[in-house]
Amino acid sequence: MTKHQPKGATFTASELLAINAARLMTDGQTVFAGIGVPLLAATLAQHHACPHLTILFEGGVIGPKIVPGELPPSTNEQRCTRRAAMVLPITDVLLLLQRGYVDLGFMGGAQIDRYGNLNSSFIGGPENPKVRLPGTGGGNDISSLTNMIVAMKHEKRRFVEKVDFITSPGWIKGRDSRAKSGLPQGGMWRVVTDLAVMGFHEETREMTVLAMQAGVTREKVQENTGFALRFADKVEVAEPPRREELETLHHLDPDRRFTA
Amino acid sequence: MTRDLVTPYAKLRADTVARDRGLREKVTTLEAAADLIKDGEHVALGGCHMSRTPIAMLWALMRAKRKDLVVSRSIASTESDMLLAAGTTKHIITSWFSQGLIWGVSKVMRHHMEHKLARYEEWSHMSMGLRYRAGAMGIPFIPSRSMMGSDVSKELGADFKTMTCPFTGEEVVALPALNPDVAIIHVQRCDPYGNAQIDGLQFMDIDLAMAAKRVILTTERIVSNDFIRRTPDQTRIPFITVEAVVEVPMGCAPHECYGAYEPFFDHMDEYADITTKDPVKGMQDYLARYVYGPKTWSDMLSELGMEAVLDACRRGRSVYND
Repeated sequence: MTKHQPKGATFTASELLAINAARLMTDGQTVFAGIGVPLLAATLAQHHACPHLTILFEGGVIGPKIVPGELPPSTNEQRCTRRAAMVLPITDVLLLLQRGYVDLGFMGGAQIDRYGNLNSSFIGGPENPKVRLPGTGGGNDISSLTNMIVAMKHEKRRFVEKVDFITSPGWIKGRDSRAKSGLPQGGMWRVVTDLAVMGFHEETREMTVLAMQAGVTREKVQENTGFALRFADKVEVAEPPRREELETLHHLDPDRRFTA
Repeated sequence: MTRDLVTPYAKLRADTVARDRGLREKVTTLEAAADLIKDGEHVALGGCHMSRTPIAMLWALMRAKRKDLVVSRSIASTESDMLLAAGTTKHIITSWFSQGLIWGVSKVMRHHMEHKLARYEEWSHMSMGLRYRAGAMGIPFIPSRSMMGSDVSKELGADFKTMTCPFTGEEVVALPALNPDVAIIHVQRCDPYGNAQIDGLQFMDIDLAMAAKRVILTTERIVSNDFIRRTPDQTRIPFITVEAVVEVPMGCAPHECYGAYEPFFDHMDEYADITTKDPVKGMQDYLARYVYGPKTWSDMLSELGMEAVLDACRRGRSVYND
């Protein structure tokens, strides 16, 4: 992932993703976080602008406090429960999404398309898959029921015109196709990569570049994307990682297990 | 063996009525408990991913050469790799299947699914939970609002249905109830009758116990009935659902049991190495060494090594250090 790293930078692509994603959160929100960059981002946000952010884990945890250096390997092990407000059955924590208590879902992605649909089930389609991936987990529930942030590497093979399989629905075929499919709430909100931060056009629901990382050109973002991107009227330049943000990440993940 | 997607209500009730639900001792051995499960039955596994996985009971099922089981679980990990490789199952119903994020995609799962040697029936995580819950509630289906518009639902074919809400007119999903033949659940403690207390994460286990036609409990330790009656508010699974109780200390090794031991991470790294290099032979070598080779469960733990056992326990108990 170092190829997009500007010269002299002292942060990794994963750190860049975590920092940019953390800045998208608002204090007081309740966030469903996956393991890795999503959890780091949510915890980073708690340390800076969002001290009242509540994290939920799929394994059945409300409000855990992450112990620096002890990031959990999944959302289902005991490390997820440290200093939590409550542990509850998996089904009930997921039902909080359906009930409407969750402001943001935040996860990584293997493959995404123009309309923000995610594939984590099959590379090459379900009949004769080239790769059988692990599957949805809570991804489908989260993306069906709340607003989503996805953090992923910006590579052409990951940003495709049409995903091989819709595991977690974004805006499906664009425009009002999501609501018409029976999903009146939520939807793909932001995609954060090592090159850019993207949203989705209000009407067409096509992926739209809102900001680019410092030093990155439109051409570079487009070159690494498998479909024609839209660009906002005014594309911002993302603020580079601040020293205190990087320090917090180093403190949380001293062994660089999730930020290497 | 063809099966109804939803167990007919009359059968569900009759099966329960036919069981001896009296307050009786049910303590038995892994081998005898394995005999309670028949080839072709639907077995639901408690815990989630690498947590409170009933590994010891599955170990006994693999050694007993049980076959053609349908296996369901909230999230499947290396235990389901092992069941596939041992021929115990060719059909896994779950929402996510791999060793774990930090080890990449399971090569054993990939081998079986990409070569069409087995079926991975994928439902969303909440849908798995609601299917067990509907089973626990004794209703044929439960409405929900996810999985629509995705290909996960299309892949399920006729098993996935939507309906119009009779009150609001909205389109909702009708998830079919899941009533497993057997639920295998590992707990921290229970009494000889099967009153079980669970520490930490409960996952889907309470619904599993209520939905299943019978429950096999494995437990870190058996406590007295008096112990249970002093803190009945801590009891999560009632004896009336339970058919057998087996005391198996470290019964989830090399996975985790909350407050007792964390996953054996070094062993899991080795497992990933072996199965990534060769998902077929590597897996058979692993089964020979850890499943078929040891004479007893204690021998299996010896194979993991005293150092590893103590390390996992030290980390496991650390949740109570604060």
